[in-house]
Amino acid sequence: MISITMTINGQSVRADIPDNTLLVDFIREHQGLTGTHVGCDTSQCGACVIHIDGRSVKSCTMLAAQANGRALTTIEGIGDAQNLHPMQQAFHDNHGLQCGFCTPGMIMSAIDFVDNSDNPDEAAIRDALEGNICRCTGYHNIVKAVQAAVPKMDQ
Amino acid sequence: MYETRYTRPSSTGEAAEIISAADEGKLLAGGMTLIPTMKQRLAAPDCLVDLAGCGLGGITDEGSSIRIGAMTTHAEVELSGMVQSAIPAVASLAGGIGDRQVRNCGTIGGSLANNDPSACYPAAVLALGGTVHTSTRSLTAPEFFSGMFETALKDDEIIVAVSLPKPVRAAYVKFPNPASRYAMVGVFVAVMDGGITVAITGAGQDGVYRHDDLEAALTADFSPEAVDRVTFSADGLLSDIHASADYRASLIRAMAKRAVAAC
Repeated sequence: MISITMTINGQSVRADIPDNTLLVDFIREHQGLTGTHVGCDTSQCGACVIHIDGRSVKSCTMLAAQANGRALTTIEGIGDAQNLHPMQQAFHDNHGLQCGFCTPGMIMSAIDFVDNSDNPDEAAIRDALEGNICRCTGYHNIVKAVQAAVPKMDQ
Repeated sequence: MYETRYTRPSSTGEAAEIISAADEGKLLAGGMTLIPTMKQRLAAPDCLVDLAGCGLGGITDEGSSIRIGAMTTHAEVELSGMVQSAIPAVASLAGGIGDRQVRNCGTIGGSLANNDPSACYPAAVLALGGTVHTSTRSLTAPEFFSGMFETALKDDEIIVAVSLPKPVRAAYVKFPNPASRYAMVGVFVAVMDGGITVAITGAGQDGVYRHDDLEAALTADFSPEAVDRVTFSADGLLSDIHASADYRASLIRAMAKRAVAAC
């Protein structure tokens, strides 16, 4: 067992967990934050993307212990039903989802990209979402949603 | 994943002590290969030694070379103004690894220690004549890379940094696997003060290697047309579900031409 402390969505969290606990399992099973999804569980699909210190990572490919002492943001931490994040609103406005399973990861990847990109044009958006797989939409509306969110997030 | 014990020492000396004392310890860098391997139960280290607390990050300009700390992520290399201006081919190579999330975690030291035959960094280190600095010594690229997934590293030896000499100009072009973005074939062409070097990754059965015939042809005539005059044999090349050895030989020609044109 190992003791870890971290900040998740602004809340300080402390837990004793088995050393081999994956970060995504800690988030979902221990913290009950089930907005972060497990799709492939092999680092391919990006449904598990969260932010650690503002950068997007795949939480299925990291141990919870590696996140000890760091600041995490999950999909629950960026907005809520009454007060959507501009990226969530843009996905809603542009029908950037169908089944919605990949959407939390898509949104977390897209926010990291827009926050840290100098030139968020369409080609850059498609490149930035390479680590996120959607089996429904064909990506077109996802890219449109991210494009629509760029000016809103700049405000 | 089997049970393991996680440690995060604060120095490479402490890390070496822990790994020496463990039955089957593994150093953990970015974890982009090791964690998936453990999840598939293909690796079962009884002890993980996370190097994140050992102060192995940072990129410094050493005049004729750039020194990159072992725990520097691919994203940090990709976005480093120093790397972009001194060796843009390496910044662009780093920006082509995996996906954005992999680049935010994966490290240059981890990539070199793993020496995957399809990894990109080994081609840069070999073509540029880089030096791998470890906790105990410094190794030239040919000394360091010793075969597919094999390096000269001892069990308790830790990469601390890599120095990459600045080329006159250089380019890296790969044909990425459409799923993994690993190189099916990657060609790093470097025009150095001492001559032209070409390193091939993704193709050789023994991992990264220098292509003597290409180097000779490009020394005589540095042009894409010169690449066409070289004979590319499939002997010694990898053959798998992604590409036959013959196809890889053809890809070496195509990627080499593109790399020379991009130089």
